[in-house]
Amino acid sequence: MTRASEGMAGKSPRRVSIDLKTLGPAIALLLLCIIGFLLNPAFISEGNLTNLLTRSAFIGIIAVGATFVITAGGIDLSVGSMAAAIAGVMIIVMDNAVETLGSGVPTVLLGCGVAIILGIGAGWVNGALTTKGKIEAFIVTLGTMGIYRSLVTYFADGGTLSLNFEVRGTYRPVYYDSFLGLPFPVWVFIAVAICGWLLLNRTAFGRYCTAIGSNEAVAKYSAINVDRVKTLTYIIQGLCVSFATIIYVPRLGSASASTGVLWELEAIAAVIIGGTVLKGGYGRIGGTILGALILTTIGNILNFTDMISNYLNGTMQGLIIIVAVFLQRSDWKLGKSKKS
Amino acid sequence: MHAETSAPAAIIEAVNISKSFGPVPVLFSVSMDVRPGEVHALIGENGAGKSTLMKILSGFHDPTSGQIRLDGKPAALPPNGAAEKLGVVLIHQELNLAEQLTVEENVFLGRELKKNGFLDRAAMRAAVQKHLDEIGLDILPTDRISSLTIAQKQMVEIVKAVSRNARILIMDEPTAVLTEEETLVFYRQVEKLKNSGVGIVFVSHKLNEVKAIADRVTILRDGQWIDTRSSQDLTPDMMAQMMVGRELSDLYPPMQEADVDAEVVLAVDRLCTADVDNVSFSLRKGEILGFSGLIGAGRTAVFEAICGLAPMESGTIRLFGRDVGPMTVAEARNAGLAYLTKDRKEKGLLLNKKMQPNLTLFALPKFVKNFTIDRKAEEDALQRAIRRFDVRTLDPEITVGKLSGGNQQKLLLAKIMECDPKIVIIDEPTRGIDVGTKQQIYHFIAALAAEGVSVVVISSEMPEIIGICHRVIVMREGHITGVLTGDHINENEIMRYAAGLKREELH
Repeated sequence: MTRASEGMAGKSPRRVSIDLKTLGPAIALLLLCIIGFLLNPAFISEGNLTNLLTRSAFIGIIAVGATFVITAGGIDLSVGSMAAAIAGVMIIVMDNAVETLGSGVPTVLLGCGVAIILGIGAGWVNGALTTKGKIEAFIVTLGTMGIYRSLVTYFADGGTLSLNFEVRGTYRPVYYDSFLGLPFPVWVFIAVAICGWLLLNRTAFGRYCTAIGSNEAVAKYSAINVDRVKTLTYIIQGLCVSFATIIYVPRLGSASASTGVLWELEAIAAVIIGGTVLKGGYGRIGGTILGALILTTIGNILNFTDMISNYLNGTMQGLIIIVAVFLQRSDWKLGKSKKS
Repeated sequence: MHAETSAPAAIIEAVNISKSFGPVPVLFSVSMDVRPGEVHALIGENGAGKSTLMKILSGFHDPTSGQIRLDGKPAALPPNGAAEKLGVVLIHQELNLAEQLTVEENVFLGRELKKNGFLDRAAMRAAVQKHLDEIGLDILPTDRISSLTIAQKQMVEIVKAVSRNARILIMDEPTAVLTEEETLVFYRQVEKLKNSGVGIVFVSHKLNEVKAIADRVTILRDGQWIDTRSSQDLTPDMMAQMMVGRELSDLYPPMQEADVDAEVVLAVDRLCTADVDNVSFSLRKGEILGFSGLIGAGRTAVFEAICGLAPMESGTIRLFGRDVGPMTVAEARNAGLAYLTKDRKEKGLLLNKKMQPNLTLFALPKFVKNFTIDRKAEEDALQRAIRRFDVRTLDPEITVGKLSGGNQQKLLLAKIMECDPKIVIIDEPTRGIDVGTKQQIYHFIAALAAEGVSVVVISSEMPEIIGICHRVIVMREGHITGVLTGDHINENEIMRYAAGLKREELH
């Protein structure tokens, strides 16, 4: 016991030694960047890098929300459809508001407000159905995924919803303009990432998410309101989808049935590549962000080179996901065999 | 039980086994042998090396040095349970059955009988039925495991072992989760297995049980072999002393008189829930109140309802003189009421997390400053808890699942006490932990009461109820059947109320 206390005292210079598992995604990203540079030096041009970051922002922001859901032992398959539905409703609301509010900032703000309310609402529905309705998250979000997707198709009447041209002009800078050299979406990404990191690692809420994902019964017996915390993770997810949609809409100014297709899988992949455990109990926001960057970088590199067809983007992403999880697994084993 | 006249040759022998995990030695030259048709109990405090020895005997661990002999010949046991083929079967405490498969499918898992390439279900069913009949187990081969009681599942494990022609059956605390009735059934099975020549090794913390069913007893202490003796030469007291290595006369702390005029801190009136019928009682400041009864009598259900862990149907709860309705767990905690679960592995601790987040989880709001967790305060709390509760570990960064049962229990106690409750409900305070830690926990409970904290002890172990409680409430089938004080707190009285032979009119 005395040794234990000494061990504690000796620990005070906080552990700087980061194990391979935490460092893995960072090393992978670095390797990808080096490969990208070797294949085509234009990879590290400022234009390409900002483009890469901007494109990572959508998946990255959604994946930050997914990190909370997955850490607390849930899963949300509906995010891609949710983004499409929110984008669709946003556009309809803004188009209809032009007559009363004009095509200026108020209309855009109205659209953003609607997006945020919808995101929170959709997240709450997912959360309430899993906790109060006691239906498995996979089933609930599989259901809402289908619902949101079909809603956007219905709103667009099978075609495309387009934003009023003048509103598009007002809204455009949100995607295309920069601040201090970084595009606006990247700033949103950074802000969401920092908030997410603080929330998961420094607050009681984050600790509760981890505890619930680790063992729900223990969480319940530890005076944690399990249903509320779980519902909140889905609401955070919904909010993240809103943010991603808000910066996505000005990019194309339209929404259709193919908006946000497969985003849910990319978001989950980013989370898993980042080292978060799929069955819950352990989550890493930093890893998630690296995961999102890795996924976008792969696509970017394939665009830059002729060696591998761009059509094989999905293959490369799939391989990376499997390899990442495999490495994490063998790392677990290594850690264990040392002790037992 | 009759004495063995001539000792038959051992089936399996462990000779001078030593084992280290990395630099940490856990067994020092331990020897043990198991003969056909004998029940060999392995006892010792938590961390004495019993589990390690069992795992070495069954091939799950390799010894660092020493030898395993099977039928007199040196043998290297294959790892990961493959030793079953040699007739050596370990039944884990956490049973190893596929919950969604049927009894028959489990028993034949991995060696299914086939006819023309298809499963021969009829033959398998008949074989399983034969074993079930032999063992006297009243379930069907087609029953799903998930629909069985724990005791029945355990029997299925035994059937599974027997059907694989097990010659050595190694069982880790087989009776820990059984009711008294189920335990008796279990004893009968053991007797039958013995008669058919199977050698049985079992670990138990219940020394009376060891005395009752073991032929020989091997005692380990701190990884050392202390003795192997015929159980006829031992009394439970002697076993306890040999395990601990010191006198245990002070197992229970001296009883301090309870102040009968102290204020009533908790008064429950006509509480009803799904498993509880019309329960009323009160608890005073500084009192240690025991809840006794058979497993399933509704004791845990009473307090889970009071603490907001389960819904209550009707009844009133007065806490510190104020009427409180049904509370959430967090409200109960904030009001100074804390419940310590009996199921520390499933409901008490996050086994894959370190000690730190486990310790502060229950009282986490206390550690929040400016919306963030004060990590310095958390670290201080852990150091305090390690000292106060004497949690012993070489590495404070270890995951809690790797701690011994006794240390887990101490940590769980520390976790609950972190919110400074005025009323603590401790459910089975010493389940599956060794005598030394038991003693520490009893003294801790007594000290709490002396400080003015009220403690409810729910326990199925009668000696501890008698040893530490000021007053004892006995429950049976969801009712309170008796309230005992002073000299009336004795095994006889409690048993009569618990078994329904005697009943007070309380309302």
